[in-house]
Amino acid sequence: MEIRVEKIRKEFDLYPALHDVSLKIESGELIALLGPSGSGKTTLLRLIAGLEQPTQGRIFFGNEDASYRSVQERNVGFVFQHYALFRHMSVLDNVAFGLKVRPKGQRPPKAEIRRRALELLDMVQLTGLEKRFPNQLSGGQRQRVALARAMAIEPKVLLLDEPFGALDAKVRKELRRWLREFHDRTGHTTVFVTHDQEEALELADRVVVMSQGKIEQVGSSDDVYDRPNSPFVFSFIGESANLPVRVEGGVVHFHGAPTGLTAQRDGEARLFFRPQDVALIEEGPGMTGPVTSSRRLAGTRIAEIELGSSQEPCHVEIEVPLEAAASNGSILSFRPTRWKLFY
Amino acid sequence: MTSARSAARWHWKNPSVIPGFGLTLGFTLAYLTLIILIPLAALAWRSASLGWTDFLRLVLDPRTLAALRISFSTALIAAVVNVVFGVVAAWVLVRYNFPGRRIVDAVVDLPFAIPTAVAGIALTAIYAPNGLIGSLLAPLGIKVAYSPLGIVVALIAIGLPFVVRTVQPVMQEISQEVEEAAASLGASRFQTIFRVILPGLTPAILTGFALALARGIGEYGSVIFIAGNIPFVSEIAPLLIVIRLEEFDYGAATVIATVMLIISFLMLFLINFIQAWSRRRFGYEQ
Repeated sequence: MEIRVEKIRKEFDLYPALHDVSLKIESGELIALLGPSGSGKTTLLRLIAGLEQPTQGRIFFGNEDASYRSVQERNVGFVFQHYALFRHMSVLDNVAFGLKVRPKGQRPPKAEIRRRALELLDMVQLTGLEKRFPNQLSGGQRQRVALARAMAIEPKVLLLDEPFGALDAKVRKELRRWLREFHDRTGHTTVFVTHDQEEALELADRVVVMSQGKIEQVGSSDDVYDRPNSPFVFSFIGESANLPVRVEGGVVHFHGAPTGLTAQRDGEARLFFRPQDVALIEEGPGMTGPVTSSRRLAGTRIAEIELGSSQEPCHVEIEVPLEAAASNGSILSFRPTRWKLFY
Repeated sequence: MTSARSAARWHWKNPSVIPGFGLTLGFTLAYLTLIILIPLAALAWRSASLGWTDFLRLVLDPRTLAALRISFSTALIAAVVNVVFGVVAAWVLVRYNFPGRRIVDAVVDLPFAIPTAVAGIALTAIYAPNGLIGSLLAPLGIKVAYSPLGIVVALIAIGLPFVVRTVQPVMQEISQEVEEAAASLGASRFQTIFRVILPGLTPAILTGFALALARGIGEYGSVIFIAGNIPFVSEIAPLLIVIRLEEFDYGAATVIATVMLIISFLMLFLINFIQAWSRRRFGYEQ
């Protein structure tokens, strides 16, 4: 099921949570809504589910306008951050709930409901735990029950709100891989919200980066990491450094000195680059400054360098080879090898 | 051997690192003994000294049986009514924000605070045949004051806060997410309430029911004003105890008290048992 969000605007008590957001999600795609808290990613997910009504704009499921359909009518599988399991029901009853509450004509017979619920539990690898109650399960198991419960209604779309947010790091990694396999096997259109960029980049076909109620960039992991289209995306995804620069006569100047980088357009700008995309240089134009601190990080060393004047120093972190002399106070010169200017 | 012994001893050893288990348990037991157990034991002792024949004769006295029946049946009806309205009141207080919500919240506790006699007199004034509401009901042939119905009304007024105050905090805990989950699975509002929310509240509702029931059985002050106290019709057991005391018939008074005590204890024990079962069943405890 393809989902189209058209110029959605959502206001809470006149405070806008989403500004005219448009997004097209392809059928069978696994897509991540990524952003800091308050960016509107959960609101967008809830609007797609029908748990919120848009102030303006429309949402299409396929060719049907679903904007004013209730959450019951939309037939979406929604998985909540804190699982929201029914704690007075056994695992089996939780999973079967969506089928049991169907109106009489559409409800499968009892034995069939049970069979399907058990089948789903098997699919989420919880066979044998059907008689347990939610309180008797671990966090990861609860999350899988929530997923099986959402899948029971044969949803057109699967929506997950911070699905791994409440789990510890190891379980989170396992479930992440497991969800990817699950998605590839079932082929549902899946949208999940996360504030964990590693999770979004690893898991999703496409990542939607959001900030302050707007979509900043939509693209594959490579797109948003290697070709960020805004200062926000550049600094939000991965590590980055940025410096105020001035382009004069096609040459980028930092603090009045040429850096050896060239650009098409003159004017004030900010220079963005990633710590690993720099080369140390012996001579020629570049950026030079004393090392103020350095730390070992796995196979590399990160050095913090003070640039600019002592009145208004800029600190940047760059990756240096282990063998480079990067003790405190030693002077290093470097030049970014991959970089981007935002005017 | 060693492990078996240490496992057996574990029950008597301090089960947590927080000290003071022995002290607090000792204090609790001593306190309960002084305040509750010794007076009740004296009661049982006194009625036991009557002998079986006298005991049975006093219990099977028609007036005593009528009074006991009225006390327990009105308390039971009032507790059931309170469960319904208490849950509704708790729902309104938890789920909606409206002007004056805090005032309503405070009003719920008033029956705890005002002297029960005052509540009884106020209710009588309103529900008497010439009272504000009583005069409207009289033409319909409904007599509230000076009838068992009046007792039920008084007990509802007295017992309401018990249900509201036990259900409210648990209801507050049920997250919006659970309701949204039910809705996203296709459940109607009705199904969400009756299949998801209310079953989750069962242990709290049972507690509220037990408290309201216990309070209703023991209630005296408000009831004697509104009941009319007609023997065999609207005379409650606690009042009959007082009447027997005024007649210096201490034997009869202790017998009625003992029977009330036994029935109440059995009922509360049963409710506690159901409650413990439902708590386990619903996975509140492992």
